Amino acid sequence: MTTPQAPLLHASGISKFFPGAVALDEVELKLYPGEVHALLGENGAGKSTLIKCLTGAYRRDGGTITLDGEDIDAKSTAESQELGIGTVYQEVNLLPNLTVAENLFMGRQPTRLGLVNRRQMNTQAREALLGYGLDLDPGEPLNSFSVAVQQVVAIARAVALSGKVLILDEPTASLDRDEVDLLFGVIRQLKDSGLSIVFITHFLDQVFEISDRATVLRNGRVVGERLLADVTQHDVVTLMLGRQLEATVQDRKAGKPGALLLEINDLAKRGMIEPFSMNLHRGEVVGLAGLLGSGRTETANLLFGAVQADHGKMLIDGREARIANPRDAVAQGFAMCPEDRKTHGIVGDLSVRDNIILALQARQGWMRPIPRAKVHEIAEHYVKALDIRLASLDMPIRLLSGGNQQKALLARWLATEPDVLILDEPTRGIDVGAHAEIIALIERLRENGMALLVASSELEELVAYSTRVVVLRDRHQVRELTGDEITADNIVHAIAAEPEKGAA
Amino acid sequence: MIRSTHLPLMVTLATFVLAFALCGWQYPSMLSTRVVANLLTDNAFLGIVAVGMTFVILSGGIDLSVGSVIAFTGVFLAVILRDTSIHPLAAFVLVLLITTMFGAAMGAVIHFLEMPPFIVTLAGMFLARGAAYVLSTDSVPITHEFYDTLQDIYWKAPGGGRFRLIGGIMLLVFICGALVAHRTRFGQNVYAVGGGGPTARLMGVPLARTTVGIYAISGGLAGLAGIIFSLYTSAGYSLATVGVELDAIAAVVIGGTLLSGGYGFVAGTFFGILIMGLIQTYIVFDGTLSSWWTKIVIGALLFSFILLQKGLTWATITRKRTATGSAQQS
Ligand SMILES: Nc1ncnc2c1ncn2[C@@H]1O[C@H](COP(=O)(O)OP(=O)(O)OP(=O)(O)O)[C@@H](O)[C@H]1O
Ligand SMILES: [Mg+2]
Repeated sequence: MTTPQAPLLHASGISKFFPGAVALDEVELKLYPGEVHALLGENGAGKSTLIKCLTGAYRRDGGTITLDGEDIDAKSTAESQELGIGTVYQEVNLLPNLTVAENLFMGRQPTRLGLVNRRQMNTQAREALLGYGLDLDPGEPLNSFSVAVQQVVAIARAVALSGKVLILDEPTASLDRDEVDLLFGVIRQLKDSGLSIVFITHFLDQVFEISDRATVLRNGRVVGERLLADVTQHDVVTLMLGRQLEATVQDRKAGKPGALLLEINDLAKRGMIEPFSMNLHRGEVVGLAGLLGSGRTETANLLFGAVQADHGKMLIDGREARIANPRDAVAQGFAMCPEDRKTHGIVGDLSVRDNIILALQARQGWMRPIPRAKVHEIAEHYVKALDIRLASLDMPIRLLSGGNQQKALLARWLATEPDVLILDEPTRGIDVGAHAEIIALIERLRENGMALLVASSELEELVAYSTRVVVLRDRHQVRELTGDEITADNIVHAIAAEPEKGAA
Repeated sequence: MIRSTHLPLMVTLATFVLAFALCGWQYPSMLSTRVVANLLTDNAFLGIVAVGMTFVILSGGIDLSVGSVIAFTGVFLAVILRDTSIHPLAAFVLVLLITTMFGAAMGAVIHFLEMPPFIVTLAGMFLARGAAYVLSTDSVPITHEFYDTLQDIYWKAPGGGRFRLIGGIMLLVFICGALVAHRTRFGQNVYAVGGGGPTARLMGVPLARTTVGIYAISGGLAGLAGIIFSLYTSAGYSLATVGVELDAIAAVVIGGTLLSGGYGFVAGTFFGILIMGLIQTYIVFDGTLSSWWTKIVIGALLFSFILLQKGLTWATITRKRTATGSAQQS
């Protein structure tokens, strides 16, 4: 890249203070026209906060922002949208009660004689979404679609609003590879038309695939700005963490699995998952692989009693277990960390400490409160063990950064010291450093004799910690890989290459 | 096209048709234009105030002040027409301004001081009722030829029913309300606020303007309902319309609007009003039943509608669970 002219958007000296924390300290960000700019940093580094300060969702405590050489000071997201800055925030971005089209056009509905023209709105919405490979009825309410579809709609909305700058805060977390490719196609088009794009993600492969330049944040400060053509992934990670990352994939000690703990016989739920059978031993990590919608999450929910099986049975230690709901499951020594932390996980207004202790307290029964000092000790322990970044244990959990919320949720279930731990996408939205730590943690738990079932869309990760991998396709169990068979290639093969039964 | 979100509206409509058919089967004379006309006339003020309440509830709020505002409006008009020579039309404009400003002020307090609507409008309820007492504690009759003129406007339908002006105004308010709610950007913003304030803010919805606007509408319509009520009773009394806010809330909920906000239709509220009016008419026709039965039936209806909403929410969630994935397969 030749040294570009003046930046399109230039933020300098941006500071933001929260009670007990300096989230941003004199941060500078330069966006040149026609570039994709990655914003990198650990969980809690301040990426989302910076975006919110730029777009007026937060008032900044210092600094100036210029767009096209002119000072701007958006006081609300509506203002920044008018300035041509479209944003997908990390949190929930759309309204579940409105239709897809209404969400897409909120604030800029096509009108005739002052009245919203619904027909035109629906047609335009349909056309716009076709460009993202979605052929759906935009008149349906948003909440009748999957998280991935909702995410695409959020992106489509931001793209439509971005006359000059498009900001995407972890947009790909819940997307499939195909959808990511479509998104990247759109990003390249926008880039060619001169837009500046800010891209936040913890997937470094994606960063290097699509971005030209990166700004790295650590603890609210800029620690470097690099042209990505000049650096390697390793350099970037070292810059992010401020230290070297130890080799990620340790040799998997093929430790002998312990006693048989769980026997699953043809467990099924019509319309959700076909009969599923599996044995789980102590000291074993079984990976669940498969594409989005292949039934990974459904299987996890089924085992945990979050959905009721209508077929088959489950034996724990040789005795038939009746698990009708998550309460039963917890009583039987199960724990599950769900995929969708926003709706099924955190209790936003409760403190981090209370969120961590929640599952343990629930299992004990509310009549027997855990002593204050014990609670504190447990919370402290896990905050340290998982490196959760926070100002204090008393802050409401919704104020934590996205990745740190995820870790706190993991801590909640670890605190119950379960026999069987079910993890659904445990590393989603978690930075590279913590990623390695979580993998190490899974390893450690396994060695201590816990049985783990981990559903994940990241194959490398599954390969790193699984002692066995069960592959799902179209809600069917299609293969089980053990020992040396467990490689990313084999998993991909099992997912995709096998011909469909009955297909030509 | 019928969508799942229209289902509560459909149920309300079906309930109304069924109830009307039952009434007509038992008392064929209830199927007359006279009954229909009275239904509209008797419920005009309640209908108007329920339109405002629909906006408030759609946004996830509540407005407890409307009953008092109606009483205040009535007393204000009666006193001003008794003591001054201002023309009623000018008095109408004046009182509408006052009540709209009153609603807007409550909206501003709710938004800027981040106070729960329940508390703010509860305070508004006492304030407006108090103001009515201050103006007069007695019932003040309204005698003005303009009132007589307005009261004499009606359309006599075949069958003897008299469709009066105030019923017409209510229909007009419902039509305008439906247009504003479903076909304007403001209306869309109301739904957005009901769907989730913080998300709506990130999407660029002007929260302050919308919240103030919603309570201004509710206040203004309560004022209009007060005017209608004074036309209906030819008097202003500070003890009148106690608890009307609760009737309005009931009508909105029976009309299929979710109390937690975000889902519902203005048209639903119209049928909610008609259903409630119908129950009352039935009891009058029967003659032997105590009028308290109205309350009991409305209570039972409310309860079953709330159950229905719970059921529907639950059904959509399960449907969504099974749909997840099937969307991506292909
Ligand atoms: N409203 C708030 N009040 C107090 N502290 C906050 C608030 N919002 C964010 N923080 C803190 O500011 C820091 C930066 O958070 P931010 O969400 O910007 O991180 P991030 O880089 O986006 O991380 P992630 O990758 O996990 O999303 C965190 O330590 C967080 O706890
Ligand atoms: Mg973030």
